[in-house]
Amino acid sequence: MSAKWEVVIGLETHAQLSTASKIFSGAPTAFGAEPNTQACGVDIALPGVLPVLNTGAVERAIRFGLAVGAKINSPSIFARKNYFYPDLPKGYQISQYEKPIVEGGTLTIQVGESEKTVRLTRAHLEEDAGKSLHEDFSGRSGIDLNRAGTPLLEIVSEPDMRSAEEAVAYARTLHTLVRWIDVCDGNMQEGSFRCDANVSVRLLGSKEFGTRREIKNLNSFRFLQQAIDYEVQWQISEIEDGRKIQQATVLFDPDSGETRMMRTKEDAHDYRYFPDPDLLPLEVSAERLAAVRAAMPELPEARRSRYMKEYLLSSYDASLITQSREWSEYFELAFQVLNADDKMVAAKHVVNWMSGELAAYLNRQEIDITRSVVSAPALGMLLKRNADGTLNNKMTKEVFAAMCAGEQGGDPDAIIAARGLKQISDSGEIEKIVDQVLAANAQQVADFRAGREKAFNSLVGQAMKATKGKANPQQVNEILRRKLSG
Amino acid sequence: MSNATVKELSELLARKACSSVELSHDFINKINELNNSLGCYITVDAERTLAQAKAADARRAAGDAGALTGVPLAHKDIFCTKGWLTTCGSKMLGNFVAPYDAHVVERCAAEGMVTLGKTNMDEFAMGSSNETSHFGPVRNPWDPQRVPGGSSGGSAAAVAARLAPAATGTDTGGSIRQPAALTGICGLKPTYGLVSRYGMIAFASSLDQAGPMARTAEDLGLLLNVMAGHDARDSTSLQRPAEDYNRDLAKPLKGLRIGLPKEFFGAGMSADVQKATDAAIAECKKLGAVPVEVSLPNMGLSVPVYYVLAPAEASSNLSRFDGVRYGHRAAEYGDLLDMYKRSRAEGFGAEVKRRILIGTYVLSHGYYDAYYIRAQKLRRLIARDFVEAFKTCDVILGPTSPTTAFKFGEKSADPVQMYLSDIYTIAVNLAGLPGMSIPCGFGDGGLPVGLQIIGNYFDEARMLNVAHQYQLATDWHRKAPGGVQS
Repeated sequence: MSAKWEVVIGLETHAQLSTASKIFSGAPTAFGAEPNTQACGVDIALPGVLPVLNTGAVERAIRFGLAVGAKINSPSIFARKNYFYPDLPKGYQISQYEKPIVEGGTLTIQVGESEKTVRLTRAHLEEDAGKSLHEDFSGRSGIDLNRAGTPLLEIVSEPDMRSAEEAVAYARTLHTLVRWIDVCDGNMQEGSFRCDANVSVRLLGSKEFGTRREIKNLNSFRFLQQAIDYEVQWQISEIEDGRKIQQATVLFDPDSGETRMMRTKEDAHDYRYFPDPDLLPLEVSAERLAAVRAAMPELPEARRSRYMKEYLLSSYDASLITQSREWSEYFELAFQVLNADDKMVAAKHVVNWMSGELAAYLNRQEIDITRSVVSAPALGMLLKRNADGTLNNKMTKEVFAAMCAGEQGGDPDAIIAARGLKQISDSGEIEKIVDQVLAANAQQVADFRAGREKAFNSLVGQAMKATKGKANPQQVNEILRRKLSG
Repeated sequence: MSNATVKELSELLARKACSSVELSHDFINKINELNNSLGCYITVDAERTLAQAKAADARRAAGDAGALTGVPLAHKDIFCTKGWLTTCGSKMLGNFVAPYDAHVVERCAAEGMVTLGKTNMDEFAMGSSNETSHFGPVRNPWDPQRVPGGSSGGSAAAVAARLAPAATGTDTGGSIRQPAALTGICGLKPTYGLVSRYGMIAFASSLDQAGPMARTAEDLGLLLNVMAGHDARDSTSLQRPAEDYNRDLAKPLKGLRIGLPKEFFGAGMSADVQKATDAAIAECKKLGAVPVEVSLPNMGLSVPVYYVLAPAEASSNLSRFDGVRYGHRAAEYGDLLDMYKRSRAEGFGAEVKRRILIGTYVLSHGYYDAYYIRAQKLRRLIARDFVEAFKTCDVILGPTSPTTAFKFGEKSADPVQMYLSDIYTIAVNLAGLPGMSIPCGFGDGGLPVGLQIIGNYFDEARMLNVAHQYQLATDWHRKAPGGVQS
């Protein structure tokens, strides 16, 4: 990208709220059921049916609003967005238009080592539509209304992002937050969290925004990055070639890596929004607000800052263990069991293991931390055995591997006992072994004394080998050096 | 027996002087005899009716009967009735068998009332003469050349012709009261929110309200006791303690302040209606009521306000009738848009299309503020007028309809003339107030005239008290049209 261009990005994110039933009916929201088995009379819009608001959806919207420091509007108003489509049974979508439940707020994102605050415009409650299926019906289309009426929170940011990286950081932070506060399961494959990106470019220093194009329905962070990158290049080359950008909605094709025009502003619908007379204005009482506030967990950003302050963790490390509530809880538990005097060393110890061995294991197994065979207390115990000298690093890795394999029910002490892995830290015993090694390796001793430092390492290796790796390497070092210098 | 009131029938059943099966047989025979010429019912199903009657008799035999167990009634074809064709007077739903019961139907069934059939109505309740029904005209039992009013014309004519002792109706702008007036029966539109709208096919959600139609005020109260009550499936249904709407029937009218809005008694009312209305007011005075002049200065705006708001809501409410999931679908069509166009063009009649067009227009971008928002503001002014008026009076009296029943075709060519036949009733819906119509004499040609009683919010018991006291002193409500008396 030529340095004279500035990219402007705003995101609209649809987070599916994690309620058991739909936003205006009692039908279940579970994913993956047979088509049209999770749609009741309200969802298929039988004549005479009426919407009844799911209070769980409202509570989640409030929780989100409080988490981003937004204003909770009372009342907020449900409106009808009118358009015809076969997967929209009522011929209108119930959404919030002029008065959303959540207004304003901010989200702090990390881009590299720097921090940025993105302003939120609003977040509103709405229902999802069904799904049109255009394949496998011999030229006809099928409609699956299982999704119709699924509760969504549409979260709209201000156009505050200036690069695809920032947009992705925002989306990731938002993704972490909605899962952290239990409003959305964040499952992007199932469409529980998807983004529309409004992208424009302008000359650096320009006050006016360029004309934006909206990339619809990006359901992975990778696609978000790729789509914006492509779109930005396309817009710049259009302008540089003397063409004007037309306001439009585009789709990203992951196969070609390109964005493709869906419709222009000219063929935009007139949605004829008006307040839904079937639903009363939504009031949120001060008591209700206070109750939701009281039940809020410590938020990821606050916890991250605390880790950095209390344990002197780096920004990178602190972000790593606050990437989700599950990671953070895992860390806390392991840290508690490790229970070391030096909190900072202990915290770093746990973080290193989580980002190293544990992450590698999870990746290999392609599982989430919640399904880790190695529990947080077990990892804490393992690290305690490392810290107290029972295990050297090599043995610790061996025990960890055994824990991953489910040996001895994953109990590190049981594995240590069963494998006879206890580190030899008795200096008398080590001294004996060192004496034997020195006696048997006269050549290396001579070499070392002649100033060849390498020979020392060889002698350490011999001593470790003689104890099958169980000797405390630090002690071996010390004793060997003392004896050689003597 | 078909001439008996609901009260009398319930007493006969309680004394076991007749069975519900016998009663139902009588009505079915009468319907078979007269429905072809009157067109009151769209659907009758003797087998189902008799099965319900049998069940009611069994319940009574088991000593488990409610006050109205075994009493037959007819349901307006706007109420979803499980297993029955539910057409809403439209070709669009000409094949629609409801898979569930409306709340009102449920309540009546729970009481043990027996469904005689589904009554004819203006298509989607849009009309004041029943001429917009897809299923042919309903003839006024007082003069078969004349309309019964609408939209609950089938219910009104059925009760007037003794083809049912009572019927359910709905009233969006006068659809219970105006046909009641034109056919010489009683009809009550409760306070908005008193009777659940669940299962009642929506016309204009913020105005629609179900209510009873019968031949005496006392019967209306008995029926309202069954129909009213909170329903969690309708978010606009009100949570109030149950009440006996007939508790005040016996109260004398002495000292009752009857408000007479000067706007009700100006130009526009025909002389014969004026004469009967004046006489009714004089009768009330004789009973001890005190007339008070009140003013509803914005009443003149109610028809234009209504014809912005009701079509706006209707245009959206009727979007679900798209030929995709149920109802009429064109036999031949090209693409999706063509299917919508043809299905809706064929399925809806002219008046429904007119209102969808008006409604779509007033909600359109650029017109919304000028029409919809403006009308909402005026609606509040109209409601405030009533609040002011009720500071100086207990009930408001006036005409229900500016004329008696008119001839077929007389107004159907000029929609505005037709709309003006609801000029005295519409403001009540806009304000959400309860209103009723009772017979108060006959105009030119021996056609019935209705007296409208408007109460303050939740003042149904007082309105019924006024109507009942009036009916104790007069016998207009006992008159039956020629040729139907038995």
